[in-house]
Amino acid sequence: MTSSTETVNKQDIIDYAARLGDDAIVIGHRLSEWVSRAPFVEEDVALGNVALDFLGHARMYYTHAAELSNEQNGTTDITEDNFAYLRDERQFQNHLLHELHKGDFAYTTARQLLIDVFNKHFLEQLKKSNDKTLAAIAVKAAKEAKYHCRRSQDWTLRLGDGTSESHERMQLALNDIWGYSHELFEVDALEQRLVDAGIAVDCTLLKADWLKEVTAIIEEATLMVPDQDWAVSGGRQGYHTEHLGHLLTEMQFVHRSFPGAKW
Amino acid sequence: MTKYNKSEAELEASFQQRVDSEQKIEPKDWMPEAYRKNLIRQMSQHAHSEIIGMQPEGNWITRAPSLRRKTVLLSKVQDEAGHGLYLYSATETLGIERSELIAALQSGKAKYASIFNYPAQTWGDMGAIGWLVDGAAIVNQVSLQRTSYGPYARGMIRICKEESFHQRQGYVIMMELAKGTPAQKQMAQDSLNRFYWPSLMMFGPHDSESAHSAKSMKWKIKRETNDDLRQKFIDQTVPQIAYLGLEHPDKDLVWNEEKGQHDSGEIDWDEFYAVINGNGHSNRQRIQHHVKAHEEGAWVRDAMSAYQQKKTQRKVNAETAA
Repeated sequence: MTSSTETVNKQDIIDYAARLGDDAIVIGHRLSEWVSRAPFVEEDVALGNVALDFLGHARMYYTHAAELSNEQNGTTDITEDNFAYLRDERQFQNHLLHELHKGDFAYTTARQLLIDVFNKHFLEQLKKSNDKTLAAIAVKAAKEAKYHCRRSQDWTLRLGDGTSESHERMQLALNDIWGYSHELFEVDALEQRLVDAGIAVDCTLLKADWLKEVTAIIEEATLMVPDQDWAVSGGRQGYHTEHLGHLLTEMQFVHRSFPGAKW
Repeated sequence: MTKYNKSEAELEASFQQRVDSEQKIEPKDWMPEAYRKNLIRQMSQHAHSEIIGMQPEGNWITRAPSLRRKTVLLSKVQDEAGHGLYLYSATETLGIERSELIAALQSGKAKYASIFNYPAQTWGDMGAIGWLVDGAAIVNQVSLQRTSYGPYARGMIRICKEESFHQRQGYVIMMELAKGTPAQKQMAQDSLNRFYWPSLMMFGPHDSESAHSAKSMKWKIKRETNDDLRQKFIDQTVPQIAYLGLEHPDKDLVWNEEKGQHDSGEIDWDEFYAVINGNGHSNRQRIQHHVKAHEEGAWVRDAMSAYQQKKTQRKVNAETAA
């Protein structure tokens, strides 16, 4: 990562930061749905914590995107909330894995395992970004991602190697979501331009380490890595599952019902 | 049970003496059985209120109208879970298990604050609940920082610090609404109107009608009466409503110069008892929600203990083999 950011199209960085914000807000939303519904109170607290971390990441990425947008447009009034509340389903560019429904506790655990391990590797690379703000966000978020990974690993072991019911639920969950993991490692034209400029992470390079780490945890939990023969993709192009529309409807309705209001 | 050489009457006399001289009663100290039961009732009711109280606000986390408000609300609800945990642990020092407390909540034997049987319908209700409901709770909890049972008193000190942040976040929501668009201001007024009276009811019946008050006062579990605490809340809320520029829901409220306090209109006690007795909008929903989460989590709790057992067994096996 040696090139200068000056030759880079600012809109690309705005879009990239917004994507990362979309990932974080959508998974944060899903996790927050657990509050008051967890298997026991300690988990209400823990899931709330992780949800708050993702919400915090979303705010940092969106704020960066908002500041760059204001610079670009000569405005001052674009904020993080414009990105979270005033864009539609086709404009959101989060990975599909993040938006899938809440599911049961095994589903949430399996999904977090895949996402948290991905984030840990992703953020280590983002720390080296030529975009100083993104690099600084990564430094902060990486600390939390390490904790998230430990938590996901612990729960995967407990559920995979717990009772026959928990084992079965975990395996079903992994089977159901595995095909959505592949797009985490895709790089489209926009990201490639930013990879070339030393700003974005080249996700294609993360797959081997991710798969190795996730496989080790899954196998230790006496579970099997699912078949690799299906893959769904499209989140980064705004081509979403039907889950996202409902999530955004719920998240955005108050904000959109009172245009221009301050909260 | 620890054996004591003194007679029951002597033990009770020295217990009362300790209470009278403001010494804290600790878990291992002798205490009258009725004191223990009374505390379990009150502390578990308090814990259950924190846990059930997560629902009406949790109901709005996914709809909060800005990312800042979403973050603050989520933190607040998470604090409540923490308070519930803390209070369950404090109650366990009285020789009862959390699982028994939860069973009592789910069977309806144990109560939670009836205010949570009111539905949280609008974003404004997040403001009114934080400001008024947490505000009323704080008035009560500040007083309980001096309660005679040590673990409860210390729990209250810790919880009060976070509760004042909760009240503040509620009032900030109301300020934003009150100075916002006409529609927002109307939302604030509507929430105030719906939550003001139920908040006054949170202090419980008038002292003359209160079933547990006399004994609780003697044992210093309660430090101030329902009516005294309610009066404090009424008086502190008047200027807060005025500052927001909202109309006070109590049309009979007048300043009483002689007493130095506000005379209030009468509370609708029929509503109070109706809601307590199951006629609130959300009574059934709150318990069913709790039962559902608990039942859906059963396999997770089972898996956790099965895994723990396996882990322990493997360790034993490894040590035997070595």
